[in-house]
Parts: sequence; C-alpha cells; structure tokens
Amino acid sequence: MYKLGIDVGGTNTDAVLIDEDLSVVAAVKYPTSDDIYSGIMGSIDAVLSAGEVNPAEIKQAMLGTTQCTNAIVQRQGLAPIAILRIGAPASVGIPPMVDWADDIAAVCVADAIIPGGFEFDGQRLSEFDAQAAREFFESVKGKVQSVAISCVFSTVRNDDEIAAAKIAREVLGEDVCLSLSSEIGSMGLIERENATILNAALHQVAERFTEGFAKSLAEKGVVNADVYLSQNDGTLMTMEYARKYPILTIACGPTNSIRGASYLSKMDNAIVIDVGGTTTDLGVLANGFPRESGVAVTIGGVRTNFRMPDVISIGLGGGSIVRQHEDGTVTVGPDSVGFRITEKALVFGGDVTTATDVAVRLGMVDNVGDASKVADMPLEFAEAAMAVMRELVEDSIDMMKVSNDDIDAILVGGGSIVVPTDLAGTAICVKPEFSGCANAIGSAISKVSGTYEALIDYDVTPRDEALDQARNAAIELAVEAGAVRETVEIIDVEDVPLQYYPGHTNRVRVRAAGELGK
Amino acid sequence: MRLIGPKEIEDIALGAALLGAGGGGDPYIGKLMALGAVKECGPVRLIDPDEVPDEQLCMPIAMMGAPTVLNEKAVNGSEYQEIIRMIEDGMDNKVYAIMPIEAGGVNSMLPIVAAARLGLPLVDVDGMGRAFPELQHVTFTIGGMHATPMALVDEKGNTNYMTTITNKWAERIGRVICMECGGSVSIALYTMTGKMMKEFGVHGIVTRSENLGRAIRHIKDCPEGMTPEEYFLDYTGGHYLFKGKISDVLREVRNGFNFGRVKLEGIGAEKGRQAYVEFQNENLCCVVDGQIKATVPDMICLVDTETFIPVPTDALKYGKRVMVVGLECFHLWRTEAGIDLAGPRYFGLETDYIPVEERCK
Repeated sequence: MYKLGIDVGGTNTDAVLIDEDLSVVAAVKYPTSDDIYSGIMGSIDAVLSAGEVNPAEIKQAMLGTTQCTNAIVQRQGLAPIAILRIGAPASVGIPPMVDWADDIAAVCVADAIIPGGFEFDGQRLSEFDAQAAREFFESVKGKVQSVAISCVFSTVRNDDEIAAAKIAREVLGEDVCLSLSSEIGSMGLIERENATILNAALHQVAERFTEGFAKSLAEKGVVNADVYLSQNDGTLMTMEYARKYPILTIACGPTNSIRGASYLSKMDNAIVIDVGGTTTDLGVLANGFPRESGVAVTIGGVRTNFRMPDVISIGLGGGSIVRQHEDGTVTVGPDSVGFRITEKALVFGGDVTTATDVAVRLGMVDNVGDASKVADMPLEFAEAAMAVMRELVEDSIDMMKVSNDDIDAILVGGGSIVVPTDLAGTAICVKPEFSGCANAIGSAISKVSGTYEALIDYDVTPRDEALDQARNAAIELAVEAGAVRETVEIIDVEDVPLQYYPGHTNRVRVRAAGELGK
Repeated sequence: MRLIGPKEIEDIALGAALLGAGGGGDPYIGKLMALGAVKECGPVRLIDPDEVPDEQLCMPIAMMGAPTVLNEKAVNGSEYQEIIRMIEDGMDNKVYAIMPIEAGGVNSMLPIVAAARLGLPLVDVDGMGRAFPELQHVTFTIGGMHATPMALVDEKGNTNYMTTITNKWAERIGRVICMECGGSVSIALYTMTGKMMKEFGVHGIVTRSENLGRAIRHIKDCPEGMTPEEYFLDYTGGHYLFKGKISDVLREVRNGFNFGRVKLEGIGAEKGRQAYVEFQNENLCCVVDGQIKATVPDMICLVDTETFIPVPTDALKYGKRVMVVGLECFHLWRTEAGIDLAGPRYFGLETDYIPVEERCK
C-alpha cells in the first residue's frame, strides 16, 4: 500500500509517494496550472511513473491546497451568506464586518444581532431570543445557502449557537451550510466571527475543490484511496469535514513544510528554513509540531484569530536577482525571476545573475545547470553576494529564536541550494534528501485527530479522574477518525473553570492525534 | 472645528499607540467601536479647547476592566446615554463636550464613540498627553481635582454613580463593581469645567495623535534626502535613544500591574553596546551602557526599525529589532507637582527627573 501526498503551490505542484514503512518512493515537481487540476493530474502521472506504482495500490491520498486563501485574497467564488450574532445588548456597538473592505463585505446579504450570550464565567449575559433568531432566518430564506453564527463568549458556552443552528435548519432546511464560531475560532469575538464569516462564504469553493480532487484521483486510477485534506495545525481532515470547515485549510502550506522537514530529518525541535524560488519562510518546529503565532493573522485584509504557524518570510530564493551597484555594494533580491529561473539564470543560458548562479560559482552545488557559464564571475562578487544571503538568513534565524542558545536547523525547499549549512546561531544544520518536496511529504505523513469537549463538575468527578476520562474519550475519537491506536498521543489539554456553575464546573477540552492506519 | 471620520480614526489609533509609550493595550477593538459609531451616527466634531466656554462641563470617557473581556463582549453603544444622564443629574448641569482622559489604547478611541453616539463635540485635549497606569495620574490632579463623581455602566444597562473620599477608594470600589458586571465597564470621571480643562489639560492631543499616525503610515514617502528614520525623528520631535535587538524580556505581575525589563543588544552603529528599558504597564526608563537616557514622565517609545509601528510592552519578544525614542512630556509634568505625581521616584527609580533633551545632549 502507498500514500500519495500532493501540495499545490504557486509555482509547482509537488507529488510524493510513500510506502508502508513511511519511506519516500518517489517525489516529483510539476508546474502548477491555472485550473489547478491539470497540474494535479500531471503530477500524479509523473509520480506514478517515477515510482512505478499501480494507482490502485494507493490507499490514502492527501492534498494540501491554497485554494481557500486564494479565493479570499482574490475575492473569487465566495458565496452570499447571512450573519447572525447572539449577544445583545453587548457588542451592538460593533456591527459585523465593520472594518472590512467593501468588495469582500459584499458577501453578506443580511446580518442581525439578537439577545443571548454569556459572561466570561459562563453566567448568562442575557436570555437567548429564539423568536428573533427564527424571524431572521425567515427573512433570508431563499437568498442564502450558508449562514455564519457567532455568540458572545461561545468559547466558554456554545449553548446559544447550537440552539440557533437548530432553528436555522428548521427554517432553511437540512441542506443549509452552518458555520458556528465556537467550532472555528478562539477568544476574541470579532476575530472569531470574521473567520466564521469567511468559512461560510467559502462553502462553494470547498465543494468545488473537494469534488475536483476526487475526480482527478478517479481519472488517474486512484480508486481505492481514502482522501484527506491538510489543516493549518498539521493534522488531516476528511473530505466531508473539509466541506464543512474549509477555512481550516488556510496556512496548511507552512505547516506541511515544517512537518515534512521534521519527518525527513528525524528531528523534533529545530528551526525550519524553507527556501523557494522567490521567498524563504522560517518556522519553528517544537516537539514535532509547528510553533503557533501569538498575534492576529490577517487573510486578504480580514483579521482573524486563527492558530497559525509562526512564520516569517524574507525576499530570498533560488531565483533572487543579484546586483552590483555603482558604489560597489552587492544586493540580493527581493525581486526574483521566479519560476522562469530555468530560462533566465546564467547557468541555464540566461542573462540574469541569480542566487543560484552565485551558489554554483562557489561550488556549493553541482549538477545544477552549466557551471562553465558562471566560471568568469569574479569570485569577490560571488563571495560578497553569498555574505548578503547568509546575513539575511542568519538575522531571520535570530528573530525566530526564543533565547540566545544555538538551535538546530533544517533546510528544505527547492531553493535551499543557495543557503550555506554553517549558519551562525545554529548547532546542527541539515539538508535532508527529498527536501525539495517537504510540503507534499508533510501532507502525506500528517496525523488524524480527535477532540473531546465537555462540561465536568470536579466535585462530582475529581479533576485527575475527569481528565483521564477526557483523554481516553479523545483517543477513541481519534481512532474512530482512522488513527492507529498505538500511535495516538494527547496533543492538547485545557480546562477552564466556570465559577458560576454549581460546584467546580470546568469546560474540559482534550485533543489527541495519531497516524493513519494502513 | 473639524470632522473626525473613519480615516482620521485609523490615524488617531496608530498615533495614540505611540504616545501610549508601551502601554494602553491594543487599540483594535476600540477602533472598531469608533468606526461603527461614526458609520452609524456620522462624523464627530473635534473642537479646540478654546471653543469651550469657561463655565461649561467637559466629560472624560474611558473604560475600566480587562481588555480580554472587552475583546469578547464589546460595548452596546448606548452606555454613554446612561453615563451622561447620571453625571448631568448628579452635577445638576449639562455636559457640553466629551474628552479623552489619556492617549493610548482603547481609551483614545472610546471618547470618539461617546461623542458620536451622544452627538456632542469632542475636545482636542486630554489629561496625560500619554498613558499612565493609575487613576490619579492626570494633570488635573495637579490642579487639585478629584476623580469622582464617577459614573459606571455595563453593556447590560446596570449603572452606578459614586463619590468617594479619595481616588484610591474610587479605584477599589470601581474594581469590585467592574468584576461583578462581567469584567469591563464604561466610565466617566473627572468631569470638569471648561476653565479647568483649558488651564490643566494637554491641548491638541487628538490632532497630535492623528498627525503621528499619518506620518507612520506614510513613512515610506519621506522627503528626498532624508532616511525614513530621520523623517520619523524629525516629525515626532523624538530624541533617538538606542537601536537594538531584544535579547531578553523579564516580566512579572504585581498588584494587577505588569512590571518588567526588556534588554537590548545594539545593532548597526550601536553594535557592542547594551541597553535596557524598564516598564510598569508603560515604559519607565531607558538605560544605555549604564547611563540613564530618559525617564518618566517623558515618553519612552519602542518602534519597529522598519515600519516604525509602535511596539507595546505586551508584544515584546526576543529577536525583534526596535528603535528606542524619547518624546518630551507635557510641560505640567515637569513642574514640581507633576514630578511628585508621576516622576521617576514615584515609580521607584532612584534618580531625579532630568528632561530627555538634556540627558541626550
């Protein structure tokens, strides 16, 4: 049996095949196409022939995609939606989407803020107005197929969002798409609501890419595979789940590259330097998962509070243009020849000096283009350029570190040939085999997870016992989702006390993740 | 008189974050409330202090409580109707205009919300010209004013009007009410006459915030022959103190305040030099190679070396490149009474106050 991992990037669609022992059988890069699918199909063809694998033997297929990000950034394919916020009289001072640009705010057909919601400790803020919810849904009947529902402190108690969802189904029919803020974001009403709105607006995009992926696979004879999509936290979701929560695919790219780097290098704690054609992304691998960002993440101008990998991007890649200025200084980037490197770079017979040419001149890499074409590049110039590139990367490593201690580093990505491995601030710096396709590999080796959530009174069930039960329940959920029991680990535990409940009631949330079965 | 609309609000929020000198929190949620209010009620009239008759009342608006709670449940918008009713009844006089009490964070934005929703003008003045951690740290204290009567109201409509014997009591009782109301309340305090406002207030602070915000947003279009850094310092009237990389951040919470010290290693021309900045919510002092370069009540601001966007104390983290800039404080803070109230010794620093421009000579 084999796993097929696919990553659709801006320049290349990468595909990898991995066998039962999780060894890489084949890895290819194929140009991304405008319609996405011919690129995916091309990459499947290429990887199947490179690995000499029968497509029927593929049992799992995973896709990492930027389709949702692109739809939001380009404002394309977004569906008309309605927004119901529960929480009046609180929050009325900030209507939904108040700081959104007009072109994206146009997705909303109607919005309302109705009474309901909770205080920080789980007490009622005001009574939920079921009648107002019903009237609002009646008013948008026939106009929308997708609804976003948010509620003040729904991260503490989601009762009102669930009650509103039930009414929505009664009024708008079973087929309506519902996005509940408590299932999507964390604390911070406006950011959570923003993410929920985006999720609601993405439901057609999600339908299209999940169907498109399934069709591409079927057409290439991958007929026996379970199909999954990568999420931003490094775990997988089923097609069905992805159709419900498409927003969770946002930022799966950096997550996959960090996890892929971890897999290829067998390291659990390191800084991951992913060098592409135009930019380099740096992220931190902590205990096998990406370190999450603590600041608000903006997608296409909309502020959300998603948990995203903490990544910084710098304008350095294999195609970065190298220039010598009149005063003798040498600069590298931030502009790049991008995917046209194979025609523009000197070593490929072009007339633009790129970072790749400098690396070839300095003998850091062989078998890339024709080294004789850069033989007359002055050594001093090449060394000056490399010093600039080194400083760019070293400064960024320093920014990502949390202390002055040296950290291990993993270099991945198609452009990683331009970065030296003896970087200041690093202890060990490795460049593993197949590192060019770390993204697709990260997608292929992703885990599946299960989340258990409940309100538990610690006076009735003591805390240790309650947490044990919750851990077991989460493990069962992960196994149900397809994880191999022996590989399941608890990845997140939180309990939040709700003071105004009887006894010592806590909201307990446990997440477990494990490897997919064979 | 001029009008404050969405564009001005963006700039005021950004500029006030600089004047917040590390404190005041993230103005984001406040900015959304202000944008929501002017979208619904129309732009706010900003008037000069001199446009307020001496005997008329000005009412400062602020919020009390945990910013994380405010981020979740936000305001209703009608709180200000209740507040003004309580203040007008209690003081048996009409309120003529709204004003901010401090520059920085959400409290630079809420007075705009109140002015828009009440249809009253906003006075271009405040009581700090910056942000400070405690209730009594306002220039009006120098003028002998008391914080109460204070009006508190939550988003549900629960109200409280109180007078206390000292400002400390106002803070203690206010905190209890705030917690019971769910962690955040809107307040009015230091309601004062036009005469008091003109004599002790920091004039032109809203406009200053707006100008600073606009300059930061347009830093890339700086005049030819000037680097963005030179332009920034020139425009803000700032004194360059240090440029470095954050090498360590030490934090602790004492009595509800965030205390800490951020250590900096010099970069560029400062390579090899060391500096640190101490803070209690706001930045208190900047020390370079053992020498004090600036202290409260002057403002010590950390800004990003590329974008010049202010870096608040809660966003300090290892590796970030910052420039430390000293801004001269309002002249009343430099009087004996001002230094007693909010000078270095009040915050436990063993030094006399010397103005930042003299320390930097």
